[in-house]
Amino acid sequence: MKTPLRRVAIAVLIGFGLLLLNVNFVQVVQAGNLKKDPHNGRVLIQQFARPRGPIVVGGTTIARSRKTSDALKYQRIYPEGPRYAAVTGFYSFVYGATALERTENALLSGTDDRLALKRLSDLVTGREPQGGAVVLTLNPQAQRAAVEGLGNRPGAVVALDPRSGAVLAMASAPSYDPNPLATHNGESITAAYQRLSKEPNNPLLNRATSDTYPPGSLFKVVTAAAALTSGRYTPETRVPAPRSLDLPQTTKNLTNFGGESCGDGKTDTLSHALQISCNTAFGGLGLALGADAIARQAEVFGFGAGYRVPLTVVPSVFPSGLDAPQTAQSAIGQFSVRITPTQAAMIAAAVANHGSLMRPYLVQQVKAPDLSTLEVAKPEELSRAVSPAVADQLTAMMRRVVDAGTGRAAQIPGVAVAGKTGTAQHAAGQPPHAWFIGFAPADNPKVAVAVLVENGGGAGSDATGGAIAAPIARSVMQAVLGR
Amino acid sequence: MTVAAPELRAGVSRRRRWAELLMLIFAVAIIALAYLNVGYARSGTVPPDTLSYAAGLGALFLIAHLALWALAPYADPLLLPLAALLNGLGLVVIHRLDLASTDRARQLGRATLPRSDAPLQLVWTAIGVGLFVATLLLVRDHRMLQRFTYTAMAAGIVLLLIPAVLPARFSEVNGARIWIRIAGLSFQPGEVAKILLIIFFAGYFVAKRELLSLMSRRVLGLDIPRGRDLGPVVVAWLASVAVLVAERDLGTSLLFFGIFVAMLYVATRKVSWIGLGVLLFAGGAYLAYHLFGHVRDRVDVWLHPFRYASTTGYQLLQGLFGLANGGVFGTGLGQGRPDIVPFAKSDFITTSIGEELGLAGLMAVLVIFLLISVRGLKAGLAARDDFGRLLATGLAFGFALQVFVVVGGVTRLIPLTGLTLPFMSYGGSSLVANWALIALLLRISDAGRRPQAPPPSDPPTLSGELPTEMLRGVVRP
Repeated sequence: MKTPLRRVAIAVLIGFGLLLLNVNFVQVVQAGNLKKDPHNGRVLIQQFARPRGPIVVGGTTIARSRKTSDALKYQRIYPEGPRYAAVTGFYSFVYGATALERTENALLSGTDDRLALKRLSDLVTGREPQGGAVVLTLNPQAQRAAVEGLGNRPGAVVALDPRSGAVLAMASAPSYDPNPLATHNGESITAAYQRLSKEPNNPLLNRATSDTYPPGSLFKVVTAAAALTSGRYTPETRVPAPRSLDLPQTTKNLTNFGGESCGDGKTDTLSHALQISCNTAFGGLGLALGADAIARQAEVFGFGAGYRVPLTVVPSVFPSGLDAPQTAQSAIGQFSVRITPTQAAMIAAAVANHGSLMRPYLVQQVKAPDLSTLEVAKPEELSRAVSPAVADQLTAMMRRVVDAGTGRAAQIPGVAVAGKTGTAQHAAGQPPHAWFIGFAPADNPKVAVAVLVENGGGAGSDATGGAIAAPIARSVMQAVLGR
Repeated sequence: MTVAAPELRAGVSRRRRWAELLMLIFAVAIIALAYLNVGYARSGTVPPDTLSYAAGLGALFLIAHLALWALAPYADPLLLPLAALLNGLGLVVIHRLDLASTDRARQLGRATLPRSDAPLQLVWTAIGVGLFVATLLLVRDHRMLQRFTYTAMAAGIVLLLIPAVLPARFSEVNGARIWIRIAGLSFQPGEVAKILLIIFFAGYFVAKRELLSLMSRRVLGLDIPRGRDLGPVVVAWLASVAVLVAERDLGTSLLFFGIFVAMLYVATRKVSWIGLGVLLFAGGAYLAYHLFGHVRDRVDVWLHPFRYASTTGYQLLQGLFGLANGGVFGTGLGQGRPDIVPFAKSDFITTSIGEELGLAGLMAVLVIFLLISVRGLKAGLAARDDFGRLLATGLAFGFALQVFVVVGGVTRLIPLTGLTLPFMSYGGSSLVANWALIALLLRISDAGRRPQAPPPSDPPTLSGELPTEMLRGVVRP
């Protein structure tokens, strides 16, 4: 009887061996995947249970964690309210995280691999684990100017440092206060979210990155760049500029704003056509260059690709398969050309930076909880949009737009400003969108900006980019330059 | 050589009661530390009742210890401290889950706070220790149990089947009809039935082992018993199936059949019984899978837990998430969220331990279970009579199998079945029954380790033969 008993004992040993192996498998090998599983509510609870790292702008904390007395131990606070909401997003127990709160979650919550050593030492010393800090490129004065410039008018402002691609301002109006969405009361969070999502102007949408608009005349900068790059044009080349351009294969005509004529009514220089935003000249130029040349130029300016700044910037679109009349319309930024305000700022920045387009970025550096720097942003060239020579020519042309053309409202005393207005028709019976892109100082650019005011900001059909958008751009550039 | 020498040697080296006391103190210290840890983690202060709690629990276990001095002085010194440690840790984890549900009720602003389970479990612990002492007192020699072979069978079967014949409202909890619930008290008779049936199996096999060992034919290298000798296995198998069908309790069914086959094998030494048992089990499992929805559910969840994440697989997955959350070192007692898992106090107490004490703590607890099982089997090896040997085998193997089925179930090694984790899960019947089980193992161990008194019929030359015995033991290997 002893032999079978010993065998039973061996069977018991094997059984426990399997149990021990299996718990090792679950708690070590599978643990990572189990923690990442979307059904796992513990991870969220755990992230709330420790202080989340701050988001910092110019020495000011725009998102931080405050200890609470309830079960979710830390609550997210946004001291600046709606001002930075488009960038920070919110961190909600019910709706999860958005914008930077989501893209930088690993670092803010302390689970990032770059914090692995730190976590280990926290474990050993029994210190409460903390998240790292995210320092942004934003300029507080520029952000204030952008937000106050837009006010309640639906629209967006993006300002970039053309030399590096650093985002200096990013605003979307109307904005929202992220604080009510970050409370620990599920019912009030839901109520606040429902209210926001029902508002007709959709405050939760970041217009700067997540929506595309017809660019209107600001796209003439791209068409002009394509013309100059072709080598067949200089700024002084005279191009056909009739009062009305007969669109081939159709009975339609392309006319100028207010039915005016450009130059002498027959031809105009490329430079002057841009200065007064002559539709017929650029429509004809588009026909002469062909859709492919404009599409190539748009692509090197950044069209057709999405970006993570690290907020997701949706791709801007220059349509393909255009016939002649569509090409003419697209050359002046109408038909189905679509652009994000961020892409618009990238066009201005590329011209400002001698033709070199830098990748836009919002995060200047990330820091460990002990404030040691983990990573600093490295500026990166996305493409050579135009040659330096063409960039200089475009800069001179865009200066004249501000000095003596449609963009005079963007003038800053004592500073040379380059820019281009846009007034984009987008729906019958709707006022046009007002655009302005520009940069300053024109001879040594430190800031490039794009401003969009949807539907002209309620100024009726008289609204133009020059009247509505240019003044906002001016105040943002002034804020950056300290003027 | 005189009679006194082996007596003396045995008396000093075999009793080991002081070692037991030392380990018991150590066990109570661990429990007190765990209790303190929970209180400190939850409220930031040392719970003022830590010392009185430790003293109370210590006094209780001291009674059990003193009972061993008096009633089973030669019994294995490890079993009581190990059982006490598991029981105490279980109490702490239940207490910790009580705190979590109280906190939640407060947060939700509930007027009435949920009842705490730990105090009641403490009462059950006291009753369990009482039954432990009573068992040692009443069963002065385990061989007397052999007289109750058929009484035990009858009582066991009745207890096992009561819930099946009771109306569902008296017996059904969460789909399994394994309870007797009367006047607010609930009792799981299967736990007691398990011990009674093990006593029956031991008595029955000892009586019939010659018959059961007879094999007539060899097929494919296996001895196949004669048709009419298959009877008992088939009856046990049918009884298991009956439990499965009538009470929808996969775990108990598997447990009883496993114990039966293991004891039959030890009694007869015939591997073919195991082969036959496995075949019958496989056939039964296959049929159950195709016939019963709840069995199919369990298997499906086992294979694809994520597919049923918010329905039938919710509990299993939440338990796995808890284990993952614990990782290697655990969140620390009172600092995880084991309360998220449904039934964290009973079937899923394993994941509560794994979450807060981590892989390290869970492995330690599993090793304690293994030690109890192995010491139980060792008591069987040391037993001087076949009945004691079989009884110890059944009790220890049943204990181990139960741990395997419930821990394997919640950690997704095997499909999940409803069984309690001995000594740790919340529930009086399980706790009390396991204290009785340990008492029986200690009784058998005491008999096996006790220096053999010269049988009155033996010639007085016995002491003279002892050296030869020892010599043979040395020379033969």
